[in-house]
Amino acid sequence: MPERIIVPFGPQHPVLPEPIHIDLVLEDEKVVEAIPSIGYIHRGLEQLVQKREYPEFVYVAERICGICSFIHSLCYCQGIEKIMEIEVPDRARYLRTIWSEYSRLHSHLLWLGLFADSMGFENLFMRSWRLREKVLDVLEDTTGGRVIQGTCKVGGVRRDIGQEKLDEIHRGLESFEEECRDLGHVFLNDTTVKNRLRGLGVLSKAEAYDLGAVGPTARASGVEMDHRETGYAAYGDLGFKPVIETAGDCYARCAVRLREVHASIDLVRRAIEEMPEGPIDVKVRGTPEGEYFSRAEQPRGEVVYYLRGDGTKNLSRARIRTPTLTNIPSLVKMLPGVQLADVPVVVLSIDPCISCTER
Amino acid sequence: MSILQSIKNAVRSRSIHVSYIDVGSCNGCDIEVLACLAPRYDIEQYGIYVHNNPREADVLLVIGSVTPQWEDKLRNIWEKIPAPKAAIAIGNCPISGCVYARKGSLTTPPVKNYIPIAAEVPGCPPRPTEILSAILSVAPLIFKDYEEKQS
Ligand code: SF4
Repeated sequence: MPERIIVPFGPQHPVLPEPIHIDLVLEDEKVVEAIPSIGYIHRGLEQLVQKREYPEFVYVAERICGICSFIHSLCYCQGIEKIMEIEVPDRARYLRTIWSEYSRLHSHLLWLGLFADSMGFENLFMRSWRLREKVLDVLEDTTGGRVIQGTCKVGGVRRDIGQEKLDEIHRGLESFEEECRDLGHVFLNDTTVKNRLRGLGVLSKAEAYDLGAVGPTARASGVEMDHRETGYAAYGDLGFKPVIETAGDCYARCAVRLREVHASIDLVRRAIEEMPEGPIDVKVRGTPEGEYFSRAEQPRGEVVYYLRGDGTKNLSRARIRTPTLTNIPSLVKMLPGVQLADVPVVVLSIDPCISCTER
Repeated sequence: MSILQSIKNAVRSRSIHVSYIDVGSCNGCDIEVLACLAPRYDIEQYGIYVHNNPREADVLLVIGSVTPQWEDKLRNIWEKIPAPKAAIAIGNCPISGCVYARKGSLTTPPVKNYIPIAAEVPGCPPRPTEILSAILSVAPLIFKDYEEKQS
């Protein structure tokens, strides 16, 4: 039997911008076991609900993660609105949907770039990130922030998008979609990429279900689970079908995200076409009393906020379960049997977001 | 100025290696640092290379308010970087702790309590152009005539 050695991976590693530490037990070049340890950027944010007033905590929620920041704030606001029985105006729901989908586009393109980079495909990284800048431009034009938007608030949204701008976004989507298609063509049909990704880090449907995988990781293994189907924000009006692949390898996870990019473009287009007129927020009075489980679909999977208020300005408890945390057991399952050189690709294939995980 | 020094100056002005560490951030600043690599800002046209390997870095970008796990590791990484070196704090987090700075959170900003910081770029997150211009304006101040300033 070959000798076993342990190679530490992270916390500071060239392919991962964020700190996660995995001890890889190797036999020759092959991984036999992966032992993750997290906690490098645990900031204790759940505790902060007791220090920040409930309308203020939106800013903290946004800064749990800078990539899916809008959906974090949306999920939090949604929870508070349910506790306080606030009815959000229709236009606000549609605007929230548009920004959510733009966050998803930006996150998926970011991921595609990083994923290409982890394979050593520099050119594709540049292409994805050039497309991503277009998404960020729209976000900046409409909200004022490239990465952290700050437009969601309890009771609605802070900014409106004028009709002219909406038309402009709608027109821009066409060329954008075309470019995304070209990009997807390279990812899915290039022989080198295919050879590298096919059959790598396989997760079967039963395993994905048992280990509690969520988001694209679960959908790539054939588990039909997308929280947008439950119809929060305006998804209920727009109708939505989750994207499913069945192979469960890195290639399938890549394909799911690429197809979701198109699904998002489609959702934005329909949201713009059906955008109702009306106010964008309602006045919020009083303090939350009660509890609620708020759920939303982030680019990486489902996020759950448990919020409990006791009638004071500060909530008494928040519990935030983020998608990467539940995807880590699946990752640990995928790694054994993989070559050391493929470890970065497999780790990235679940789209780890460590800031979320550790809060 | 000695010939050796002028050669060093010339070389260093067009070859700055950058490493970044995330010591407890929200990711926002991370991806803005990475966005500098993207075609629109293209950091490499200025002769700046992002390697994320502290042993060959000249400039360390510190992102995030310091969490307990990083307190000693941050110093370790700083010591691994060969001189001349500079650390730049990116974003509000390493300067003040941003929204996390409240009693009860586990962060202990500012970063300058742990390692010497040459420049700070405020913003939440700062724009990639601001990060770029910070690196470009700090680097010559630190690296020019470094050996002569030392003696
Ligand atoms: S400064 Fe703002 S964007 Fe940057 S890491 Fe801190 S909270 Fe995130």
